[in-house]
Amino acid sequence: MSKKPVEKKDPETTGHEWDGIQEFNNPLPRWWVWVFYATIVWGIWYTIAYPAWPMIKGATAGYLGYSTRAEVAEEIERFKGMNSELEAQLASADLTTLSQGSDLHNYAIQSGRATYATWCSQCHGSGANGAVGYPNLLDNDWLWGGTLEDIQMTVAYGIRSDDNDDTRYSEMPAFGDDYLSDEEIAQVVAYTMSLSSVTKDAADMSLVADGAVVFADNCSSCHMEDGTGDRTQGAPNLTDAIWLFGDGKDAITEVVSEGPYGVMPAWSGKLTDSQINAVSAYIHQLGGGE
Amino acid sequence: MGILDKHGVIEKNATILLVGSLLVVTVGGIVEIAPLFYLENTIEDVEGVRPYSPLELEGRNIYIREGCYVCHSQMIRPMRDEVERYGHYSLAAESQYDHPFQWGSKRTGPDLARVGGRYSDEWHVDHLVDPQSVVPESVMPPYAFLLDKLIEPKYIQDVMKTNRIVGVPYTDEQIANAEADWLSQADPDGDNSDVDALQARYPKAQARNFDGKPGVSEMDALIAYMQMLGTLVDFSTFTPDASR
Repeated sequence: MSKKPVEKKDPETTGHEWDGIQEFNNPLPRWWVWVFYATIVWGIWYTIAYPAWPMIKGATAGYLGYSTRAEVAEEIERFKGMNSELEAQLASADLTTLSQGSDLHNYAIQSGRATYATWCSQCHGSGANGAVGYPNLLDNDWLWGGTLEDIQMTVAYGIRSDDNDDTRYSEMPAFGDDYLSDEEIAQVVAYTMSLSSVTKDAADMSLVADGAVVFADNCSSCHMEDGTGDRTQGAPNLTDAIWLFGDGKDAITEVVSEGPYGVMPAWSGKLTDSQINAVSAYIHQLGGGE
Repeated sequence: MGILDKHGVIEKNATILLVGSLLVVTVGGIVEIAPLFYLENTIEDVEGVRPYSPLELEGRNIYIREGCYVCHSQMIRPMRDEVERYGHYSLAAESQYDHPFQWGSKRTGPDLARVGGRYSDEWHVDHLVDPQSVVPESVMPPYAFLLDKLIEPKYIQDVMKTNRIVGVPYTDEQIANAEADWLSQADPDGDNSDVDALQARYPKAQARNFDGKPGVSEMDALIAYMQMLGTLVDFSTFTPDASR
């Protein structure tokens, strides 16, 4: 701009003139013209190399045969191929015999961690510490058992899962509907609270004796006479310090009155066998595995 | 310079320039848009995809009303990381009855194209009532009011007819039975419920009391919609044509 081409030579003007101001008819800069030609050549190459021109039945496929779907399938296969040996071993592995620190064990834990983060963390928490109504997986209080086989079975078939016939199933009645009077519920809640160290102090001791009778008649078949629960029915231990639905009197009363019905989806079919094994191994080593 | 000299005529005449520009854009538009309507590989028919059942459609309208799409997309892109996280990449056919579609790539929350069956109904209720109770790190606002808003299928036929105008192939039978199907899906144990008829008209429709509370609330409709998202195509039997 600062240079004045006018002084070097005098190009023609376009012939336009506005109030004495004339317009030079300079040619386009060379580099610009060549870039312009290059884009045309590139455009022609592109439509030959990649899917482009619509015809009657379909579009031209392109010399390179590119397709987004083929590319993603190839990419997935490539990563599968890298892990295929360990995946195959893991899918049929007997988890109980996996030795700590072996390659397969390490792979199972890492792959299980990824699977857990994707599919399980929404309910059980990203740190596996659970939420009200969704069990904490770090402790050793298990509803349906904490051995590797138990965990595998829970993951694969789910709990009260509608779409799996092998699902773990039990149902606590809503004792508020017809079974027990409000008075009896208050008594049995007091008795239940007296069983656990964290709720003992808040229990209404005047009701505990009557509550024990109600408990023996209505609750002991699943939660056992001493309240320690029964894992074959998913009936929780009521004597420990862990309360899935909260340890307040109101929360416990609500559980007894309405009956909880916690559902875990069945993951067989959605996750591969190796993923189920991996996530089971991951959960087992979090702290509470038996 | 013959042709370039003549070009000057176009450059100096605004009307001719306008008409010429319009012609160029029209040709471009026809070449790029028109083939989408007749090329076989852009209109892949996929087995299992069906129009939404009346209750699902109601839930979908609530989904749109609440602006869920502002944070959640329904489009799993064909990339390995997305496929591993969300499941099989979305097929165009899976949103063929969506008016409007819910595609997108801005995800404040996760993609929901295959959220169906992933969580229990109870989780959805807990999560919509108070998202942080189950996902403490979530930034989603609560939608607890959906539980209290009871709804009736008063206008559902109109909604279906409107969808039919824009191309959703609802049959006369489906529209005539809209209210019955709506009730059967939300309350399969009701006196007049006929789940078999519902599932004959809408295969794979899930019928139950989604929110676990008496009455049909907006929560029921929204969860019915979310629990069917991405579940219609059976990928164990369907293999997408790799060339598409």
